[in-house]
Amino acid sequence: MQSTSDEVLISRIATGDRLAMQVLFARHQVRVYRFILRIVGNPSMAEDLLSDVFLDAWRQAATFEARSRVSTWLLAIARFKALSALRRRPEQELDDEVAATIEDPADSPEMAVEKKDKSEILRKCLTMLSPEHREILDLVYYQERSVEEVAQIVGIPENTVKTRMFYARKKLAQMLQAAGIDRTSL
Amino acid sequence: MTQNRTLEQEEIEMLLPWYAAGTLSREDADRVQAALENDQELARRYELVREEQAETTRLNEMLGAPSHRPMQRLMDALNAESADRRIGLQRRWDVVGQVGGFLLSLSPRTLAWSAAAVLAVLVIQTAALTSSYFGERRFQTVVDEGRAPGRAGSFVIIRFNPSATAADIGKFLRTHEASVVDGPKADGLYRIRLSTSRLPRDELDKLVTRMEQEKTIVGFVAPAE
Repeated sequence: MQSTSDEVLISRIATGDRLAMQVLFARHQVRVYRFILRIVGNPSMAEDLLSDVFLDAWRQAATFEARSRVSTWLLAIARFKALSALRRRPEQELDDEVAATIEDPADSPEMAVEKKDKSEILRKCLTMLSPEHREILDLVYYQERSVEEVAQIVGIPENTVKTRMFYARKKLAQMLQAAGIDRTSL
Repeated sequence: MTQNRTLEQEEIEMLLPWYAAGTLSREDADRVQAALENDQELARRYELVREEQAETTRLNEMLGAPSHRPMQRLMDALNAESADRRIGLQRRWDVVGQVGGFLLSLSPRTLAWSAAAVLAVLVIQTAALTSSYFGERRFQTVVDEGRAPGRAGSFVIIRFNPSATAADIGKFLRTHEASVVDGPKADGLYRIRLSTSRLPRDELDKLVTRMEQEKTIVGFVAPAE
């Protein structure tokens, strides 16, 4: 059975259809929540921002022009809200929250090496990347956004998307090398 | 990185993350596919990309899912917005209802006086606007300019009854072939011309007597020079 497209849902939401809103929310909440959480590092804050994102979608549905996919539009709203929320909060508070949220599969990449768990080291290094490098890896690998879509969400030219991804991967390779995993290809 | 890789190879390599995610255009995907089949080093690097993709995905999945709270919070917000909209509409209807209720509460007599007052304001406003529009022609009495006072003819001074309407006065003037040449004065008197020629006195007196008989219209009338 073919499910209703996101675009159809948005057109229904524009007429005040709450059921369509619930379907859209259920369909995208997890990915949008994780995208926000990766930025703000606080689950409670991420949940609040998640509902704010969909409230914005409810209010702006009538003006949605389908220049991008609905999911890309939602991620763009999410990014804006998450970064706005970060700017409103004290830096120290954020650092503590992010540190508490980050998965800690091993005490350090070096210790993980001792356990010979390459996947764990890789994940640890991913969490230690800068926010903008983490963001682009998330958008490309997990959110499965095209070059054009990443450019729309982040608000940068497409060529910058490619080079930013290149440098993010290069930084990741350097961190892995420092942790004892040599990826000479990078 | 290997130094002797060509620009084309480097460009293809930059596309590997999107190739792994399946988000390249058909054309670019074909280019990458062809390059991977002919370039073992590129294929090895693609495996590294696949590792990064797998661990990035796993890392995200380890973040868990949101609780039911955001959905509830969203629905509460939508309910609040709907309530606000209803209250807004209600307030608008309340204003209309209050005006309607106020009008309904007035007695017919009060309502009539109110309407008359509004009409009077409108007339005054119209007069003010008209006078300003026509400049110096501010106010004119109903007089026959072509027959200015002091010129030849037979005249009377007359005061119309307050109860006489404009239609009554108009009909009266037409019946007596008269025209107003001056007035109204401070005491409400008009000077009207009965003839452009000077009538004999007895004939003028007869006309005055006839006018006096129309008591519903004429309050006072007398021959005038």
